[in-house]
Amino acid sequence: MANAKKIYLDYAATTPTDREVLKTMLPYFNIEFGNASSLHSFGRNAMDAVAEARKKIARFFDAKEDEIIFTSGATESNNLAIKGILRAYQKNTKNIGKIPHIITTAFEHSCILKTCQKLEEEGSAEITYLPVYSNGIVKIKDAQNAIKENTLLISAMYANNEIGTVQPIAKIGKLLKNVNKNRQQKIFFHTDATQAIAYFDCDVKKLGVDLLSMSAHKIYGPKGVGILYVKKGTKITRIQDGGDQEFSLRAGTLNTAGIVGLGKAIEILQKTKGRDAKKVNDLRDYLIKKILKEIPAARLNGSRIKRLPNNANFSFSNVEGESLLLYLDAEGIACSTGSACSSGSLDPSHVLLAIGLKPEQAHGSLRVSLGKYTVKKEVAIFITKLKKILQKLRKVSGKVLQEYYSQKNI
Amino acid sequence: MNYSKKVINHFTHPHNQGVIKNPDGVGMVGNPTCGDLMKIYIKVKKNKNKKEIISDIKFETLGCASAIATSSMITDLAKNKPLDEAKKITRNDVAEALEGLPPVKMHCSNLASDALGEAIKDYEKKN
Ligand SMILES: Cc1ncc(COP(=O)(O)O)c(C=O)c1O
Ligand code: FES
Repeated sequence: MANAKKIYLDYAATTPTDREVLKTMLPYFNIEFGNASSLHSFGRNAMDAVAEARKKIARFFDAKEDEIIFTSGATESNNLAIKGILRAYQKNTKNIGKIPHIITTAFEHSCILKTCQKLEEEGSAEITYLPVYSNGIVKIKDAQNAIKENTLLISAMYANNEIGTVQPIAKIGKLLKNVNKNRQQKIFFHTDATQAIAYFDCDVKKLGVDLLSMSAHKIYGPKGVGILYVKKGTKITRIQDGGDQEFSLRAGTLNTAGIVGLGKAIEILQKTKGRDAKKVNDLRDYLIKKILKEIPAARLNGSRIKRLPNNANFSFSNVEGESLLLYLDAEGIACSTGSACSSGSLDPSHVLLAIGLKPEQAHGSLRVSLGKYTVKKEVAIFITKLKKILQKLRKVSGKVLQEYYSQKNI
Repeated sequence: MNYSKKVINHFTHPHNQGVIKNPDGVGMVGNPTCGDLMKIYIKVKKNKNKKEIISDIKFETLGCASAIATSSMITDLAKNKPLDEAKKITRNDVAEALEGLPPVKMHCSNLASDALGEAIKDYEKKN
């Protein structure tokens, strides 16, 4: 990688753009720069490139080309999925005065959670947040029990971005297929697959989803581009007014270079997925094993087995995540934490609290996420440095936590 | 959010970190729910003019970079100061001495002045 001395272990935040992807994108900035909606040759060339990318992407998801809607990324796709389904429902005169019900999980990405919270506040939807338990996985039974007469949508993430745990998407898909057989109001099914794309099967038919979101930059593509898969026949309305791009579902000039880059990233992924996943999984297992064995008072957050092959999320007692992150950063190592102190909000990660961690455990969390460029030597260096840093920070914190609790109990 | 060089220096090389055995005063503040716990130990001696001064001070802190840096800074500011002067150290003094703190981190400097205040109170209660 470009920066040989530094060690990047934050692939869940974003990935470097693959060199091949970048090369494919470059001409679309200044040579084939036309607006894909224009009729002249510049425009047609741009649209051809978009169509080519769309074809590759549709193939990857086992979808049809006109089911792929290009967006600016998963945040927009998630907003479009939820608000678009809701708006289509509201526009139907049969539904006047009715308030639909949406089911989601307690640990979705903030772009889903905040959307849901807002709809709830506005009074335009009722929301159920499914519990995710200590292993970070929803129960089908809970989803089933949550379904009501007015349920319109279930939105569940495929893999969690902080703890990497995998949700039983195909099983929920199957459940809904049955449930929908004898219902007046069909329940649509959306999944935020942003973190899962690089590692798990994303065949939309096997998953049984109507909508799926993803971002290119998590799979070695560029930032600011992604897709929303929308199954044919899904009742959804645009939420942004303007031009008629993307089958009138998403207004705005197409990001040709970005779309071409996403197409290339998907093409590469399709070829290398299995191989990269295996390599990353082995490295990650080595990392988890070594840390749990050699570092005292360390815990792994979320299911050990049902998780993304590139994710490890730990809590270390008697340290605070931001401190840990910055000490690692001073050594040239990049990770992430669910501590509030790094977010500026003062509340620790909603994901870690949702799986039942105590606030101080959430504050002492560290997410390590690997990628296809990670090598064993980097992982080994990381572990060595981490041990030293933890020793130092634990010395700084002494026994304050234990004393706090023993005083409180008096 | 960016920390000043001074914050980073104190964070990576904290001053007066550790424990004082048989301290004359101890103050602990904070709450693990919000992520910070700070403990300050002081030793108090009388100087030639019979004034009580903080002759030694140490800290232990569980918290973010800013919490560790403000702990370190307040121990520097309070060391060898008469008690009545040490009492007057405000959170702004700490933040200024650190060449500023990001707005969301100002409460960490609060903790530092509170912890010192508690340690002095503890001493006064016993004496
Ligand atoms: C699960 C999940 N959903 C949505 C997003 C948002 O992606 P973007 O910032 O590219 O819109 C992310 C990225 O952080 C994510 O991990
Ligand atoms: S310890 Fe959390 S913001 Fe300072």
